[in-house]
Amino acid sequence: MVEEEGFRRYVAHIILWIGIAIVAFPVYIAIVASTQDNALIANGQMSLLPGGHFFQTYYQTIFVGTSGSTREPVGNMMLNSLITALLIAVGKIAISIISAYAIVYFRFPFRMPIFWLIFITLMLPVEVRIYPTYKIVADLHMLDSYAGLSLPLIASATATLLFRQFFMTVPDELLEASRIDGAGPLRFFWDTLVPLSRTNMAALFVILFILGWNQYLWPLLITTRDDMQTIQIGIRKMITTTDALTEWPIVMATAVLAMLPPVFVVVAMQKLFVRGLVETEK
Amino acid sequence: MANVTLRKVRKTYPGGFEAIKGVDVDVGDGQFCVLVGPSGCGKSTLLRMVAGLETVTGGEIDIGGRIVNQIEPADRDIAMVFQNYALYPHMSVYNNMAYGLRNRGMAEAEIKTRVEEAARVLELSAMLERKPRQLSGGQRQRVAMGRAIVRQPKVFLFDEPLSNLDAKLRIAMRVEIRKLQRRLNTTSIYVTHDQLEAMTLADILVVMNGGEVEQVGNPLDIYEKPATTFVASFIGAPPMNLMSTRPEEIRSQLAGSAAVDAGILGIRPEDFVITDETPAGGVALPLTVEAIERVGAETFVYGSRQQEDQRVAATPGELPPGEVIVRIPGTEAPAIGAKIRVAAVRAKLHLFSGDGRQRIEA
Repeated sequence: MVEEEGFRRYVAHIILWIGIAIVAFPVYIAIVASTQDNALIANGQMSLLPGGHFFQTYYQTIFVGTSGSTREPVGNMMLNSLITALLIAVGKIAISIISAYAIVYFRFPFRMPIFWLIFITLMLPVEVRIYPTYKIVADLHMLDSYAGLSLPLIASATATLLFRQFFMTVPDELLEASRIDGAGPLRFFWDTLVPLSRTNMAALFVILFILGWNQYLWPLLITTRDDMQTIQIGIRKMITTTDALTEWPIVMATAVLAMLPPVFVVVAMQKLFVRGLVETEK
Repeated sequence: MANVTLRKVRKTYPGGFEAIKGVDVDVGDGQFCVLVGPSGCGKSTLLRMVAGLETVTGGEIDIGGRIVNQIEPADRDIAMVFQNYALYPHMSVYNNMAYGLRNRGMAEAEIKTRVEEAARVLELSAMLERKPRQLSGGQRQRVAMGRAIVRQPKVFLFDEPLSNLDAKLRIAMRVEIRKLQRRLNTTSIYVTHDQLEAMTLADILVVMNGGEVEQVGNPLDIYEKPATTFVASFIGAPPMNLMSTRPEEIRSQLAGSAAVDAGILGIRPEDFVITDETPAGGVALPLTVEAIERVGAETFVYGSRQQEDQRVAATPGELPPGEVIVRIPGTEAPAIGAKIRVAAVRAKLHLFSGDGRQRIEA
């Protein structure tokens, strides 16, 4: 019995290790490729062991960029991506929590129609309304700007719905106790609802940050200047080169760098994130 | 310190449902008023109207000589203890109590004094830094009380504050609430559906049913002279035995009194004695013993009357027609199936009109 259990455990572990290998191998290849000499990779003689060009490649990637297709340093692209992703995540949380507060706690004319209007935007992601959105952003002179990169993505209903659902589970007595304690609507919002929503906000932040970081189509459309490129666009541009060898180590280094912020955000907020998804603290 | 006076208070919801149908209650300064009634009788709504959490659609609510109908809850100088305590989950015990004071712009030093004093009284001093989720039910209950006390309001409002506690703790907290209220001498209004809580806490008892006040008064007066069959069966446990006076068996015994045609006769279980004699002017009933409940100091005998009876008005806690509960002291009891005779003296009979809405003095 014990042996069989031991055996089963080995099988389970082997399966899990295979799974990990499948997921991790491409990442490993990217890391290894980023440390090798471009000529070796181009010849198809890439070793599966790390090469000796780590510092050189990463220095060039972050501060200089490729010598051919884009001359933009990846450091700058990362900054653009970071600012965009943060604007999207923070902006969306801020707007959603306020609109959800209005919809759940206030009685005003056309409350339900407004709620449904917000709800309907769920069915209209940027990809669907891309032409009118582009037109609006262009007319507002927001092409090649952080506002243009983030604003259209901030306006969507998912987070509003999430906060609405959460607010509806907050007991009415808390609001009533606040009223008796002399807290007005803003006080109740700041002192009670926002602290209670902390874990929800953390979960949303993680999801939205990654969503913003990984945007491709929208930034591709509205950024024309090299210095406003996000990292996802940068990678794409590096790969397509005319009359020159693709600088694979730099491409791979960029890919590795592009993974770091989302990984950092997930690791840093993991605890809050999980709590926000599974538990409601009331 | 304040009187609370309700004058013809009404609450009609937009849909037309009348939750409160004109209530007049006068609670004197420092008195403990208990609103009691079955669920849905409007007692909580009435309390929430006093608190300002529900609008008043008719009549006046007067707290300390000021009509508060249009005044915000925070400005009514009241404090409320909720059934589920409604503590702020993310704040420490200290901050839970201090929050209302801070919102009023009180100096931090004064807040500290008040909170620490309240914590001392409620034995919470050791847990001021804890969060509500780290406390037991009884402790949360005390924090909720503390939050009310620190405000030093004119009126305390309690909305079934003990119903989430277990039976033993409930009794302990009941005594504590009463002691605290006596010491602070703050006018209090307390809502409960538990008639025992109501009886033990109240200076003034308000029995409500269907949005109306059935009877207001001193708890013992209400117990001794219930104004309606509803009050009679709601106050006192087990409930008063109610029976129609129409059957000849009862009619003949009541002959000579003004109440022959009254309609409903009520006798409390504790007013019966097992005896073969019929007291002058009293009522005696032959019963077949169907069940016995021994609870130690007393024993309840459930008997059925031999004659089938007509059903009296349907009221909460009402007995099946023909069944009578008798309370006898100690553990001695007749055997099940035995035929016994129980009697009650004249002074212990309660007579009501046929619809049960009116008490008739014999």
